[in-house]
Amino acid sequence: MEAIISTFTNPYYLQVASIMGVYMIAALGLHLITGVTGQFSFGHAAFLSIGAYTSALMSLYLGTPFILNLLVGGLMAALWGVLLGIPSFKLTGDYLGITTLGFGEIVKVVFINMKITGGAGGLGGIPRETNVVVVYSIVVLAIWGLYRLQNSRFGRALLAIREDEIAAESMGINPLLYKLKGFALGTFLAGVSGALYAHLMQYLNPADFGFSRSFEILNFVVLGGLGSIPGTVLGTSVLTLAPEFLRFVREYRMLIYGALMVTMMIFRPYGLLGGIDFGKMFRRYRAQRKSMKDKKAVQG
Amino acid sequence: MFWQQLVNGVTLGSTYALIALGYTMVYGIIQLINFAHGEVYMIGAFTGLIMVVVYKVNFFVAMLAAMLACTVVAVVIEKVAYRPLRNSPRLAPLISALGVSTFLQTLVTLIRGGPNPLPFPQVIQDTVYILGPIRFSKVQVIILILASLLMVFLQCTVKYTKIGKAMRAASEDYATARLMGINVDRVVSFTFGLGAALAGAGGVLVGMYFNSIHPFMGVTVGLKAFCAAVVGGIGSIPGAMMGGIFLGVAEVFGVAMGFDTYKEAIAFALLILVLLVKPTGLFGRPIQRKV
Repeated sequence: MEAIISTFTNPYYLQVASIMGVYMIAALGLHLITGVTGQFSFGHAAFLSIGAYTSALMSLYLGTPFILNLLVGGLMAALWGVLLGIPSFKLTGDYLGITTLGFGEIVKVVFINMKITGGAGGLGGIPRETNVVVVYSIVVLAIWGLYRLQNSRFGRALLAIREDEIAAESMGINPLLYKLKGFALGTFLAGVSGALYAHLMQYLNPADFGFSRSFEILNFVVLGGLGSIPGTVLGTSVLTLAPEFLRFVREYRMLIYGALMVTMMIFRPYGLLGGIDFGKMFRRYRAQRKSMKDKKAVQG
Repeated sequence: MFWQQLVNGVTLGSTYALIALGYTMVYGIIQLINFAHGEVYMIGAFTGLIMVVVYKVNFFVAMLAAMLACTVVAVVIEKVAYRPLRNSPRLAPLISALGVSTFLQTLVTLIRGGPNPLPFPQVIQDTVYILGPIRFSKVQVIILILASLLMVFLQCTVKYTKIGKAMRAASEDYATARLMGINVDRVVSFTFGLGAALAGAGGVLVGMYFNSIHPFMGVTVGLKAFCAAVVGGIGSIPGAMMGGIFLGVAEVFGVAMGFDTYKEAIAFALLILVLLVKPTGLFGRPIQRKV
């Protein structure tokens, strides 16, 4: 199938599209943590790197199948997510964000110091297994899963925690347990995204997973519209494509990117799609159509 | 050996403390993690360098110029990027701060012509004072004296002046302070300016201490200073001072004990440990859960 797609387009577009999809999966994970559950996480890139290194090392040393590596990469990230979450979910708001930021930097330094990961020189020679088809199948799967999740009892519990933790607790929701479950799912997606990244780039370097990458993913989620899946997808697309389109301005690229972030926040503080609910718009549209029809039926 | 390392640690820590004060004062009033603060510090270092190299001024004049430049930059940043977002969701000003930080890093890289480090000229003759087993370099003595003086000056400003009283009122309760007729916008501007002046001084002192400055120097030092502010209890001025010195000493001793490859992680590991034991830092006010 990839062969069919690649006859229509060139490898550069395919690569950009694949990276965009990989980031989308990571951003969807953070969407669940920050957008749905309302917990700050400034160390998302650390979970990407855990998934990336786990799966890459499995590919290199064990030769296990790609799908298994993806799964184990995600599970390893989720495991560390739970290990970090158990002590730190006693903290709230900014303090939780700071703890995850610190965790992210520690993970980076640990990867630099480990022998098996190639240290600061990076880990190369990872087989290229990721392609556009695989990436977007997982994106679609993740979006479908998150939609189902958000409209379930579990998802509503997470939303209740975001809106008011004390009220949620008095309704019989155990906030610690639900936050932990949400965090585990979000970090699992980050791990899968990292595993896909490893097998797309074929090279990993701990410096690529520092706090600036974490904040980049946070940008995707917030600029698109916090708490909205279409917003997350749009934010990721705009912000991964913007630097590509801005290549013609060369060294001024990051200058414009930074200024863009500030102006976008000032004009749309709730994000591009913040406060827009496609489901509600669709239902209202249908209701309008229906009432028009009823009127016609009465008149006729 | 122990005392020598302690002196080195306190010197490094007092530069962290100077930067941490800006984070903590701003957070105390508007609950914003000002991620562009590290870049203000970087701009201070560059201003100092330009003053010393191009205008050939005295080191102290260069530091005053850096403080002034940083104040102006920070007040402008606050007006342009944070004030319109005062009543927005919590993450919006944070993203705006990150945008400002990217913008300033790139701007300085462009002006400087590349990301490579620049040497900071030796403006102070390198004399070494020996006191028992400890060797102080002249630079260290100057850093320790200036940092203490600045912190005393800050304490006096906050404690004994009218605007200091307004700052304390705004950090106690922003809305009530406003109702009492305090011009909170001016207080916030003043707080940004004051914090930036300290960071600017810190930038020049660090440039002089390590003899090297570059456009991305604000990133790691900014994060560490921010850790210091949180360890001390964010919002608390004595906390930021103690936190900075604590992290500086811990870092120097960690390196001396052979954890030099983990140097960048020491501050963060301590941060997490302190937060797990005392969730609002060493000097922080406890968070009250209100219904």
